[in-house]
Amino acid sequence: MTQTAIQLPLPGFEQAQGEWRSQYSRQMREEKPIRNRSGIEIQPLYSPRDWSGERYLDDLGFPGQFPFTRGIYPSMHRGRTWTQRQLIGLGTPEDYNKRVRRIIDAGATAISLLPCCSGFRGIDCDEVDPVLLGTCGTVINTTDHMDRALDGVPIGEISTAMNDPSPFTLLAFTLGVARRRGIDWRSVTGTSNQSDYISHFIANHQFYRLSLPGSRRVLLDHIEFCRRHVPNWNPVSVVGQHMQQAGATPAETMGFTLSTAIQYAEDCIARGMDVDDVLRRFTFFFDISISLFEEIAKFRAGRRIWARIARDRLGAKDPACWRFKFHGQTSGVDLTQQQPLNNIARVSIQAMAGILSGLQSLHTDAYDEAIACPSEETARVAVATQNILREEARLCDVIDPLGGSYYVERLTDQMETEIERVIAKIDAAGGMYKAAEAGLVQTMIGDSALAFQERVDSGERKIVGINCYQIDEDPTVPPADRPDADAMHRHVEHFKAFKRERSQGQVARALDALARAANSTDQNTFEKVVEAVDVGVTHGEVIGCLRRELGFGHPLIVA
Amino acid sequence: MTNVDVRPLRVLVTKIGLDGHDRGSRIVAAYLRDAGMEVIYTPPWQTISGVVKLATEEDVDIIGVSSLATDHLIVPKMMTALREAGLDHVRVVVGGIVPDEEKGALLAAGVSRIFGPGAARDEIVDFVAALGRQSRSDRIDEFSEVNS
Repeated sequence: MTQTAIQLPLPGFEQAQGEWRSQYSRQMREEKPIRNRSGIEIQPLYSPRDWSGERYLDDLGFPGQFPFTRGIYPSMHRGRTWTQRQLIGLGTPEDYNKRVRRIIDAGATAISLLPCCSGFRGIDCDEVDPVLLGTCGTVINTTDHMDRALDGVPIGEISTAMNDPSPFTLLAFTLGVARRRGIDWRSVTGTSNQSDYISHFIANHQFYRLSLPGSRRVLLDHIEFCRRHVPNWNPVSVVGQHMQQAGATPAETMGFTLSTAIQYAEDCIARGMDVDDVLRRFTFFFDISISLFEEIAKFRAGRRIWARIARDRLGAKDPACWRFKFHGQTSGVDLTQQQPLNNIARVSIQAMAGILSGLQSLHTDAYDEAIACPSEETARVAVATQNILREEARLCDVIDPLGGSYYVERLTDQMETEIERVIAKIDAAGGMYKAAEAGLVQTMIGDSALAFQERVDSGERKIVGINCYQIDEDPTVPPADRPDADAMHRHVEHFKAFKRERSQGQVARALDALARAANSTDQNTFEKVVEAVDVGVTHGEVIGCLRRELGFGHPLIVA
Repeated sequence: MTNVDVRPLRVLVTKIGLDGHDRGSRIVAAYLRDAGMEVIYTPPWQTISGVVKLATEEDVDIIGVSSLATDHLIVPKMMTALREAGLDHVRVVVGGIVPDEEKGALLAAGVSRIFGPGAARDEIVDFVAALGRQSRSDRIDEFSEVNS
């Protein structure tokens, strides 16, 4: 644990501080304590008694040096700015393709793919109410669909992040497309963005609803397969974002996320994988709330704790494993439906918190996020916000610019203590898997969500346009984009024809092989998923087979 | 048979369709429970026929549907299914994110009200309580008609 409040000899300090304090108290009669979202009491002023640089090398170090509090790379954003990775996905594969190519033409070096929510239900497009199809993600059920979605997209040159939990059908489709195009799997880069099945089970439930033990097994198979065949792919993204969006405080979120990472790392080690080989490919994904300094302290503390966990607890020797690589998304929960243009200001501050924290990639929300799935116009403003912060506000000029601030350093220490308390609680419950299975984490998140909402309802926590500064207005935003019904109908009919015309014998054999792998202890299920989709097995069929063999997943809801 | 029904109001809080985000529905369920109502809470992804069956079996006065993605688009179908099952007295409230241009279709289908993000606790609780009383008095009228 980090130590604070070192007593530097500063002649006259106590006297001056005492005078200030009494003057302050005279002006501030009956002041109520102020607490941040994680419950830490915030003082009106911080000084060298709260933080001094004597433990600089132990607690901060230089960028790229252990414990990486100031950043994971020596040059950080000054050398290479963060990746702008906007989440996209709507309509048919052709709709997605049009949008993603426009983004690439505009200079993007990384893309993302959000599948239709029907995918998360584990079903194909021919089983879904057509009204809902493609309304909040792209309908991709086969390798052919992915081929059309990525038409003209240089896989192997552009990094792809996909919302793709166990059993990772979207990656399987992508590898199929790469094979068709003669692209070496070793050049495929990107992240299985939603591989963290525990966070889905706990918080947002957008997973393919494979059982908890089944998801655990397939994740390990997936990691093993990727390390062997797709070495530049990040098979694990540990997701704090879902939990903070569901109501966990920033400190709880970081604690749960690190506990989850420990769980996955220990599972890999128990499987016999080399910790140094696996941990280098762990990435993290977080929510960035508008609580500016708290978020900055959360990320700085998280980097430091992870470095120590990876080295000392998990035993990784390669410094690459100690680096806490994270993607941030500005928090949608902080946005308001009322006076929606105000959200541009909120997103700017959230993005600033992420950038000043030294993130590796960033998604900024569109200002209509609290009203609809973003339109192309509002998404453009979100991207521009990132460009303005980088080019005009010049937030990349200095590495960890808030490092050394008495407040930020003190808060980083305090957040570290809170986060470690959460990790200890999860450890005492037997680790994150057991804590999720028992509902402990769900209860903690539910309590925090309700407590936050009560502070908003009572007016203690002010939100502009919600409980203060309301105006009579007609909030107008561009209308929501909905997929073209005719095009979606053709897509579904095309899919049905595809299913009729493919080699049914090959499909049956592939599904049989997948089922046998699921029931064996030495075969890799993800390898069989990759082989199955190659002969035309669909997303829904893969999920159906694995649910039969490994169990159906229903999240434990704790009300 | 007395005309005053003193049983607590019974509310089904649910999510239909495809989305799994449940922070809003959990908080609203807690609000209504704390206000003394009997709350039946379901996990996300309920089917329309499942909701109708549960509403019948649990004899609810009100159904609250939370929609944060686009599941509100099938709420009109749920309204039709409720009518077909003879549950005309059951009132429906939608909470969450519904774009302005899509609100009309829900209200025309019989949804009593759509609460957007930022709706205050008291506003929700008071509205649901009043709506529940309406639902109860409809049923008493129905009952009297049948027995007159």
